[in-house]
Amino acid sequence: MLAKRIIPCLDICNGRTVKGTNFVNLRDAGDPVELGRMYSEQGADELVFLDITASFEGRKTFTELVQRIASVLSIPFTVGGGIHELSDVERLLQAGADKVSVNSAALKNPGLIDSIAANFGSQVCTIAIDARQNGNDWECFLNGGRVPTGRRLFEWAAEAADRGAGEILFTSMDHDGVKNGYPCEALARLSELPIPVIASGGAGSKEHFLEVFAKGKASAALAASVFHFGQISIPELKQYLCRSGIPIRI
Amino acid sequence: MNVAVLKYNAGNIHSVIHALDRLGVTPLLTDDIEQLQAADKVIFPGVGEAATTMQYLQQHNLDAVIKGLRQPVLGICLGQQLMCTHSEEGDAGCLGIFDVPVLRFKPDSNEDKVPHMGWNTISCQDQVLFKGFDKDEYVYFVHSYYVPLCPWTAATTEYILPFSASLHRDNFFATQFHPEKSGTAGERILKNFLDI
Repeated sequence: MLAKRIIPCLDICNGRTVKGTNFVNLRDAGDPVELGRMYSEQGADELVFLDITASFEGRKTFTELVQRIASVLSIPFTVGGGIHELSDVERLLQAGADKVSVNSAALKNPGLIDSIAANFGSQVCTIAIDARQNGNDWECFLNGGRVPTGRRLFEWAAEAADRGAGEILFTSMDHDGVKNGYPCEALARLSELPIPVIASGGAGSKEHFLEVFAKGKASAALAASVFHFGQISIPELKQYLCRSGIPIRI
Repeated sequence: MNVAVLKYNAGNIHSVIHALDRLGVTPLLTDDIEQLQAADKVIFPGVGEAATTMQYLQQHNLDAVIKGLRQPVLGICLGQQLMCTHSEEGDAGCLGIFDVPVLRFKPDSNEDKVPHMGWNTISCQDQVLFKGFDKDEYVYFVHSYYVPLCPWTAATTEYILPFSASLHRDNFFATQFHPEKSGTAGERILKNFLDI
């Protein structure tokens, strides 16, 4: 049976992981390669590396980092941040990434999804969506959640799937960082799409992961700080989910 | 050991090379016919589209070369599919090493997503690639087309329906999943192939 995926997300700035971690057994928790390898050994199913560097030089550093990650990791990984055009996708796939995650650039130019799918296949194309709840609906935001677009979440997600996206990575800006759980209702609605949905933002406990799979029907759950700060350990989380009847790779 | 990785117009070639590197083998990435024929083992990796890849192989006379190889050959993902007779992807005639067609997943509902992407279990019928696999192991899949069960099925996976996760006939081996992305289980499969 296809397993639900647990995905730690690492934010990278100038080739280093940001947000401190308290892993005492790591020589250098700031090294994304070492942190990625540790998560892989703990049973992470995939990893996401998000480049939050703004500069051109930083992009070059990130590409070199992707090459190092690819040579070390034996599980799939997605990279995102700063992907504006097809040539960025090609550069990162060439460096060894399995998938790319595109956010603002796809909202500004939806045709980019079609070109990525046509050139590299849907399976490499993750569309990340940041949205905020507005009454009964959700509005999509650009540039890390700073710029409202007026576009509605469910319409945009359906359009992305039609255009050839391979997955939707949905972050609720209302839930992100609050640790009160994932927005399961919105996720369950997104899961009616024909492509997998990754839930991101809101995890604070093991129960939240159970909920996002059982009620939110997500294919995968992504989290950052609960893993980085050791609040939830991946082996314990996976044992818990497995005991609760969720298909999980142990 | 002299391991050749077939070079062609596909993605995912580097991840196979990295995985072999981690096992202490430095493979030769080549489309040179003599080098392929002289190798101890040949790996036919692949992420791509069936029809355009078959065209490329035919234009470079690699289709006949692959079929004629006598050493152990391992096809991965699209590599497995191209070793079959025909693919629904682009209505492509394929190599015909395994006498079975490649079909597209047809889900009954949106609960079954296509592509089949993620970790799924394999149950193994064959003890060459899967030597030492005494329980169902999780491996990593990404694909929208599948090979049905057939006399050469070496491992089975169930998604929408049971299908061939792996094939084996004589010196030809193939996996639908990506051993190079399947953690320690995948490393054992690659090692078993190198040990043949």
